[in-house]
Amino acid sequence: MSSNAVMANEPLILGIETSCDETGVGIVRGQTLLADAIASSVEEHARFGGVVPEVASRAHLEAMVPTIRRACETAGIKPTDVDAVAVTSGPGLAGALLVGVAAAKGLALSLDKPLYGVNHLAAHVAVDTLEHGDLPKGCVAMLVSGGHSSLLAVEDITEGVLPMGSTIDDAAGEAFDKVARVLGLPFPGGPYVDKAARDGGDRLYVTFPRGLTSQRDLERHRFDFSFSGLKTAVARWVEARRRDGEDVPVNHVAAAFQEAVCDVLTRKAIDACKDRGFEHLLIGGGVAANSRLRVMAEERCSAAGIAVRVPRPGLCTDNGAMVAALGSELVRAGKAPSPLGLPADSSMPITEVLNK
Amino acid sequence: MLLAFDTSSAAVTVALADPLSGEIVASSTTVDALRHGELLAPAIAAALETAGCTAGDLTRIAVGVGPGPFTGLRVGLVTARTMADVLGIEVAGVCSLDILARQSSLTLPVAVATDARRKEIYWALYDGPAADGSRRRLEGPAVDRPAEVAHVLSGLPVIGRGAVLYAEALGVTEVDVAEYPSAEVLATGVATGTLDVVEPDPLYLRRPDVTMSARPKSVLPK
Ligand SMILES: [Zn+2]
Repeated sequence: MSSNAVMANEPLILGIETSCDETGVGIVRGQTLLADAIASSVEEHARFGGVVPEVASRAHLEAMVPTIRRACETAGIKPTDVDAVAVTSGPGLAGALLVGVAAAKGLALSLDKPLYGVNHLAAHVAVDTLEHGDLPKGCVAMLVSGGHSSLLAVEDITEGVLPMGSTIDDAAGEAFDKVARVLGLPFPGGPYVDKAARDGGDRLYVTFPRGLTSQRDLERHRFDFSFSGLKTAVARWVEARRRDGEDVPVNHVAAAFQEAVCDVLTRKAIDACKDRGFEHLLIGGGVAANSRLRVMAEERCSAAGIAVRVPRPGLCTDNGAMVAALGSELVRAGKAPSPLGLPADSSMPITEVLNK
Repeated sequence: MLLAFDTSSAAVTVALADPLSGEIVASSTTVDALRHGELLAPAIAAALETAGCTAGDLTRIAVGVGPGPFTGLRVGLVTARTMADVLGIEVAGVCSLDILARQSSLTLPVAVATDARRKEIYWALYDGPAADGSRRRLEGPAVDRPAEVAHVLSGLPVIGRGAVLYAEALGVTEVDVAEYPSAEVLATGVATGTLDVVEPDPLYLRRPDVTMSARPKSVLPK
């Protein structure tokens, strides 16, 4: 059988993502990515230093139809070819989620095709199937972005996900945004901090605190994160410098801050793998695009006999392809679809992969 | 078949009508201000089933474009836009206050006032009905505090939820029965060309709420 014939038997899934400020529409067939169209309102939020929910929701409404069209064009399909529609039903910004959920229902209703309301976090895990094929039987997923910082145990992504730990204050990406602001770098902070660090930053210039890594903290928060103290430590350090009339070495501070974040993330992720006896670590979310995190995870995991899977940066940030990918896994596993009365659930628990 | 719906108020209202005569073949209205997203699609599916047709039989969609609370309003608009685009049919947008004005059986000029929350109303003024039942909008839509527009509305019968909520501030003497826009009236009005049709773009009438973030606060001990 030719690979084309195999592909034709695989379900064609359209996925919609609107949980934050990206309007994403992805199309996959089986585990093959056909299109990943994105419209972002990030520039409209930049001057506010964070995502403004109402601005995001308005942008989703305007971007929805053009983004669906663009995805179908890129994939070379007609909407009527689609076998199922998947959509992020939570967690995320309530008003933003609702635009995507309503659009997905409009599509499902018009096309008379099943609707799958899926969990955004689980979709961050499932997207890796588009790059590396079937997920390993048992892996730890570390999701790090502006909205989440979680360690999850994943046996079978279509069945459920077990939360092991998460941030007790700021998300990792949030810490990047805040430190970027302190250093006078643009929003969103992640890429700019990374770039400043790579531009000759000395990772050992200052040793910033590693949250929840002391023996005492580990007893209660072995797999949890805390980035609030780190963020404050950086801000204090910078402010003290400025107060004394000294220059702030932006590159060094960025590198040292990034080192502290990546150190904690990789240490805890590897510990989680060992705890579960899993030999695979999957990293997703916008912070997974961080160059230092990728290198450090590779080095430390290989030393610990753990294989690392990180999708390419474009698939790590929020997008429609990840939703389509999870939809595809659910369809392939024969899961029953969600009802048309599907709600948008801004605090959908991670243990719930599919909204029934 | 013409599909009409409005989600600009606390009601989710859906109707299916003959696209030429405007005769209603199925309709439903549910009042639940917090569940537009959950209620609309099942209500459309139920209307199609009652009428014994499928989405493929739709020839046109009519949707209320507000003004109204943003989150619910967007549910209707994004549903109309995506359905119309994938079905390859046209969407007719109608100002939701116009729908309410059409619901009045009075032969006089009327005012419409709906709940804009935050102690404000969305409002508009309309001429008396023409022979075909259509009403010309004379002023609005706009958003204001009831006291600020009471002098404009005074002496007119007022239609809509705002008339009930702010009867005293508006000096309302006569409240018409309709509190929420009706998809049946929307469907018939669009089918018979007696409601003005606009692009399916939301009438927000307000800028988004933005909490400007100030300079980073000092974290050094005072
Ligand atoms: Zn995300």
